[in-house]
Amino acid sequence: MLILAGRRLASMILIMIVISILLFLAFEGDKLALAARVLGQYSTMEGRLQWLEVNGYNRPLVVRYVSWLFGFFTGDWKVSAQFNRPVLEFLAPRLANTAILGLCVFLLTAVISLILGVLSGINEGGLRDRIISVISVVTTSFPEFAMGTFLVAIFVFWLDWLPGSSSFNNGFSWIELILPVSVLVIFNFGYYTRMTRASMAEVMTSQYVRTAVLKGLPFKQVVIKHALRNALIAPFTVMILQLNYLLSGIVVTEVFFAYDGFAKAMYDAALFGDTYVVSACAMVAVFVAVLSQFISDVGYTYLNPRIRFA
Amino acid sequence: MTATSVQATEMPRRPHRFIRFLKSLALLRESYIGMFGAVLVLFWIAMALGADLMPLRDPLAQSAPDLLKPAFSPSPDGGLYWLGTDDRGRDILSRLIHGSRLVLFWSILATVVAYAVGMMLGVMAGYRGGWWDEIISFIGNVFLSFPPMVLFLVILTNFGPNSRLGQYIASLGFGGTVVSGVIIIVAITFGAAPQVARIVRGLVLDLKTRDYIAAAEVRGESPLYIMLVELLPNARGPLIVDACLRLGYVIIAIAVLGFLSLGLPPPDPDWGKMIAEVRGFGAMASNAMIWPAVAISSLVLGLNLLADGVREISLRD
Repeated sequence: MLILAGRRLASMILIMIVISILLFLAFEGDKLALAARVLGQYSTMEGRLQWLEVNGYNRPLVVRYVSWLFGFFTGDWKVSAQFNRPVLEFLAPRLANTAILGLCVFLLTAVISLILGVLSGINEGGLRDRIISVISVVTTSFPEFAMGTFLVAIFVFWLDWLPGSSSFNNGFSWIELILPVSVLVIFNFGYYTRMTRASMAEVMTSQYVRTAVLKGLPFKQVVIKHALRNALIAPFTVMILQLNYLLSGIVVTEVFFAYDGFAKAMYDAALFGDTYVVSACAMVAVFVAVLSQFISDVGYTYLNPRIRFA
Repeated sequence: MTATSVQATEMPRRPHRFIRFLKSLALLRESYIGMFGAVLVLFWIAMALGADLMPLRDPLAQSAPDLLKPAFSPSPDGGLYWLGTDDRGRDILSRLIHGSRLVLFWSILATVVAYAVGMMLGVMAGYRGGWWDEIISFIGNVFLSFPPMVLFLVILTNFGPNSRLGQYIASLGFGGTVVSGVIIIVAITFGAAPQVARIVRGLVLDLKTRDYIAAAEVRGESPLYIMLVELLPNARGPLIVDACLRLGYVIIAIAVLGFLSLGLPPPDPDWGKMIAEVRGFGAMASNAMIWPAVAISSLVLGLNLLADGVREISLRD
């Protein structure tokens, strides 16, 4: 276990360093354009050059990178060019927003897909299974912005029940959270439903379930006591991997609903060329990706008695 | 020895590859879901191929009096705007059908390029092993660890229309659509090829222990021959299903880029961009927003159902 954790940690740090170097190289090209975006298009050339000098952008790339890397590990994440604020202070509330959105989506997706997956996996090939399978393919086929368009057209423009943007201008409100959460849940639950279904269907054909049925246990008890525990291992570990997507993969949904989250901040910063913010975001994203992979691996080992006692 | 060779020539000839391919397609009849998917996909392919043959209005022609008209509203030329008009009075039906050509062309090309690169890398990593595997897998992991949108943006800002690559393609005499299209292909390849490589590598690791690979090695075939002729064709089964699904993802990715105005340049009728262009008009634009969303959802749905049908049939035998 410790060796696994150590190897994961080493490869994560290596990947983080390579990605941050690539990002610094990628945004190196248009420093003057960055100064022009910060100071406005009518700023003078001297002003732009001075801004670069004062903010340390004229130092050699290697020096800037090393100073950023050192600062990153000691908690000084530099200053955002776009907002002229410390990156950490700027990102924290956005991470919190994304955490709220992500948690709601994660919990709803988990509940819906586990219930539907188990219901269809119990009786593979039956009518209920076919209906649930078709629904889960259909819903995954709607890209987030298309589903967003449909929901906005129905619930905002036609019925006028919900607000069309979720920017929390008047403070946090649950009602603004409904549309983005629905879009993401609808887009995601199909995949996990199919995963659960496959796992459940496999368990239902296993010998210990057949034994349990043959020795006369009620079907309900067989499903809950014998089948479920084993069927949920695989989907649960896969669902943990979803955390990575919920942090950085939901750019479109956040942009669509003007939701002030982490993914949108990263997207805006990349458009602006705000190297320090993009790099910091990428580091957080890679960290969460590797962490969720690790939790998923450990969870699989822990939940599966065949591996735990081996 | 001679007897066997004579016997071999008298065997009934195997039908041509293409006939066998058609026969395997006919198997799809057994899966209603797969059939429905195939119909949806074929519908859009027919639309893309026949766009010029249909009596449609010019997809780029603007009409100042007819802004954001609802579906079935009369047009000044005496006909109907079947699906209404967008914020510049352009016919939505015509833009959707002409747009299907752009969507299918660029997404298929991008998928093919990503597959070619991914398969080469995957088969190298799987067959050669050792350092080849370590290096290719590490590079793949780096690109897979990038948040996808940041990867796209880095590539688009560094190789975009204003970059040296963009300028070079433009200097060859290509228009803005081709310049942006090539850059989209580069971005999609960086995003998708590592995933393809990972799948192919896994398949190859399994296949290379088979006897026919050992036989080819003993025959003295070159590694290139073994990779291209022995390994890849035998890995095709799972790859066909994956390619169907991945084409759907690529279509979504291109539409997302269009939606974020990073894709094909205006006035091209890109489905994602069509939604983004009218979004600012709020409730007035709900008709103009819905149709491109319907179009892209139906195409992706078709591909997903087709992949499902193919998988169902391939599992059966």
